[in-house]
Parts: sequence; structure tokens; C-alpha cells
Amino acid sequence: MTLVERIDQAPLLLQRWAVSFFPALLQPWVAMLISAAAIIGVFASLFALSTLAERKGLGRIQNRPGPNRVGPFGMLQPLADGIKMLIKEDIVPLRADKVLHFLAPIALIVPSLLVYSVLPIGRNLIAMQCQLGVLLFFAIGASTELSIFMAGWGSHNKYSLLGSIRAIAQMISYELPMVLAAVTVILATSSLDTVNIVEAQAGGFWAWHAFTPWGAIALLTFFICALAESNRAPFDLPEAESELIAGHLTEYSGFKYALFFMAEYLGMMAISGMAITLFLGGWQAPLPILNFIPSWMWFFGKLACFVVLFIWIRGTLPRLRADQLMNLAWKFLLPIALLNIGLAGLWVKSSGWIAWPISVILLGLAIVGLGRLLRGSRPRGGKRIYRYAD
Amino acid sequence: MLGTGILRGLKETARNVIGSFREKDRLPTVMYPEETVKTKENFRTFPFLVYDGDHAMPGLRCVSCRICEKECPPQCIFIIQERDENNKAVKHPRVFDIDFSVCMQCGICAEVCPFDAIKMDNIYELAGEDRFTGLLVDKHRLAKSNHYYHQIKPTEANEVDGRLAEDKRKAEEAAKAKAAAAAAKAAPPPTAAT
Repeated sequence: MTLVERIDQAPLLLQRWAVSFFPALLQPWVAMLISAAAIIGVFASLFALSTLAERKGLGRIQNRPGPNRVGPFGMLQPLADGIKMLIKEDIVPLRADKVLHFLAPIALIVPSLLVYSVLPIGRNLIAMQCQLGVLLFFAIGASTELSIFMAGWGSHNKYSLLGSIRAIAQMISYELPMVLAAVTVILATSSLDTVNIVEAQAGGFWAWHAFTPWGAIALLTFFICALAESNRAPFDLPEAESELIAGHLTEYSGFKYALFFMAEYLGMMAISGMAITLFLGGWQAPLPILNFIPSWMWFFGKLACFVVLFIWIRGTLPRLRADQLMNLAWKFLLPIALLNIGLAGLWVKSSGWIAWPISVILLGLAIVGLGRLLRGSRPRGGKRIYRYAD
Repeated sequence: MLGTGILRGLKETARNVIGSFREKDRLPTVMYPEETVKTKENFRTFPFLVYDGDHAMPGLRCVSCRICEKECPPQCIFIIQERDENNKAVKHPRVFDIDFSVCMQCGICAEVCPFDAIKMDNIYELAGEDRFTGLLVDKHRLAKSNHYYHQIKPTEANEVDGRLAEDKRKAEEAAKAKAAAAAAKAAPPPTAAT
């Protein structure tokens, strides 16, 4: 094993070394526990980092410096937030359904962490290699809807209930185009195993699925749906502070609120990880000469880009109306995703370049046509004036 | 085209992020305790008493006429006139207190003062632990030099100084004229005598 390979496989070697201290009977269980602990540890600290990045980034977007008081450059802000959340009073409404109210955050955080088990974080670095990895990911991810409704129903508050109803309508609507976008990749690689999907994209960035006509559109569809699935701006209608106070989060405080918040970020990172796995080559380096950089660093680098994009979009776009939200999902993304599956099939059957012009023409027509339809009878006002724009 | 508006918006926010590191205009926040905004000349908070010369108490312009005390809308000024050993009123305040917790910073006291003795300050960091020691201010703490007045409000202070000098000159001239007239009365012209 060369040094490069050793660094590449460092997490795995570390795990094997730790496991070797235990008797043979216990070893598989200890290995599992270590994987789970590593996932929780790594992604929970990434959650802390991304909250900081979000607050700093949104601040800069809004012409203000963001948190800068705790520690150097405000670096310890997540720690302060965490302590604050822990020592806050945990209020349960008098007439709330105590059991549901208590279970909802737990039922949300468990699937949010569970989906990481099928994400290949690096070469051979996957908690649970499973032949139905992609299916498992979406199946577990869909169960978060239930816990959001538990939160809304259990709180005994009309805002919570409205927020959770909105959340469910939104998440079910966007689940469909998201899974359809993922189906193209399954079609192309004829595998549901995330490890196989990543290995099918080996060689360089031109082998990634994002650099095929159907892959680009599927990635875009998947990304928009990912925004909606993780209830992030501009699809944050379920939380909508200005209308619903905070939707299903209204009656939550203290660490339960923190768990909801954590689940949102974990979901965001998991779905970004899935997008990377499906379309952007997973842990593969973009160029073969860059292979000396450990594979897990490529994965986390791509993940960081996605998180930045999420923050950037949150700082830019205003919240959609409920009807716009539904129109986008059902009248635009769904037909495009369906057309895209057909084009992916064409790509696989025609084995390459002949599919390019056909795909570009068909997708272009579909996007322009459906875009016109989506605009429909949108009222047009006068020209707006922005201080920093134009 | 569909989506161009989103791209334009993203470009704009990206310009804000990059610009916030380079342009003052895109990051206008002032880090308050470390840096402060320089207040404008006509910014006003609480009144203070102006004194001329180097010593505060003898130099106070206040003659204890109590016009400000009467005019003050929330009645936060409290004055007792100084009296000498013969119990005769002296043009000087013995007690001059302003309760800053009551003062509403209207500036009427400064407007009505005929002696330009009370003016509006621009201090604003006045938090105190207790109302009666920190914010009930006596004449020693109120007294600030004319030099300080020039520093915080140069235009207004110059105008006041000019007016005071003019008044002084007029008063001197009037006194001279009066003296001359008195002298003339005391010693009538020789022509009248004969």
C-alpha cells in the first residue's frame, strides 16, 4: 500500500485497527457502531460548520458582517448556539399530544441520519453497501414527512398544523420529480447500488452523468427538488416565519427545536450527497491526475460546493407562493423529468453521440414551451428599481 | 428565458458578498463599541453648562436667572441661587441639577437662555446602574468649557462667541457713553457757566 492509498483509506484502516481490539464475535457489531458514530460525528460537526457558513454568508449577501463576537471572527458561534439551545426551557403546550410532540423530533432525526448509511463517502468508505441503496435512500427520506406531520399535529396549534400540511403537500409533490430524475441514472447504470453508480462514472469529469444532456437536466431537476425537500428557501413555505410564525416548529423550543434544525441541515447535506453520487461522480476526482487527493476529500469538497449553493440561493430568492410551488412541481418539473427518462433510454440504446442533438432539441422545446405555460397570465407591473442592481 | 431572473439575482448577491470585503458602501455596518459614528454638528442629547476661562465654577456663564427651570417641559432642572454672607442674591447658581432620566432632550433650555450659558451636548453613552447617582447630574458634572463647546459644535460656538463679544463691546460702549455723559453732567461746559 502506497502512502497515497493509505491516506485515501485512512478512515477504514483506523476502523479496522480499532475493531481488532475486540473479540472476533463482537467485531462486526463494533465495526457497525464505529461507522455510525463516525457518520454522526462528522455530519453533526459539518452541521455546525454550515450553520456558521450560512449566517456569515447570508450576512455578507445582505451587506452586514454576520456573527463576529464569539471567538475569532465569530468561529465559536455554533458552540454558543448549541449551549443556548441546551439550557433553554423546553416548553410543551398544555393541550399538546405529549407523546407525539416528544417523538416528532426523534422520528425526524433518525431517518435523516440513517440515509447516510448508503452514501459512499470515499473509495470503500460506505457504512452499508446495499444493492438497493438508491431505493433505500428515497424510502427512508420519505418518512421524514410523517414526523413533520407528527410535529404539526402534536403541537395542537393551528399554525403548526397549517405548516405541516403545507410541508407534506410540498414534499410529496417534489418527491415525484426527484425520484424520476434519479431514475435516469438507474436506467443508465442499470444498478441501484450507490457504489456501482459511482464506479460507473470513473475516469474524469466527462464521464460524470451531469455531462450528458439527460444528466444535466436531471441534476437541475434533482437540485430544485432537493431545495423543496429540505424545506429551504425559496421553498420554505412550511416554515414561512412571516405567515405561519414557524410552521411545525412554532411550539418547539430548546433542544427539540435544535434537533429539527439539525435534521433540516442533515437532510440538506444527505440529499446533496445523493446528487453528488448520482450525477457528479461521487468521490471521483474530476481529472485522473488529481487522484492523489484522497477520495473522501473530493466528496466533501463537492458537498461544500452544494452547501454554499444552498446558502447562496437562500440569500437570493424570495419565497414562492403556494400555487407557484405546486405549478412548478406538477406543470414543469414532472413533464420534464418524464421526457428526460425517455431521453436517457435513447442515450443508452443509441450508445452516445446521436442522442445529443435530439436531446438538446427536445429538452429545449420542452423547457421553453413549459416555461411559457408556467408564466401564463402572470401580471406584469412597472419596472422595479433596486439600489444595488442594474 | 426561463431562469435568467434567478441568475441575475444570484449575480447580484455574489457581488454583494465580494463587494462587502472591498467596498465600504456594501458593508456599512459600524462595529459599535470598537468604532463609533462621528455625530453631526447639530446632533444633541443632554444640556451642559458652559464656562469661560480655565476654572469651572468661577467661569460659569449661568447667572441663575431660572428661565430654563421655568421653561423646561418635563421640569428636570432644579436651581438654587447663590447668596453671599449678607444673604444677598449673587449671579451664580448654588445648586444646578439636571435629572437626565427625566430630560427629553428638547433643547428648549438652550434656546431660552439669554446668557448662552446652557447648551446641548452630544454625549450618548450614559447608562448607569442607578437612577439617582448616575443620571441626576450636578453643576460640577454639568460644567464644560467653552473650548469643549467649540470642539463639538464649532459653527454654533463661533456664532455665540461673536454675539457675546458684540454684546460686550456694546455694553462697554454704552458704559463709556454713560460715563462720558455722567462726566459731562458733572462738569458742565465752561460756556454755560458764564
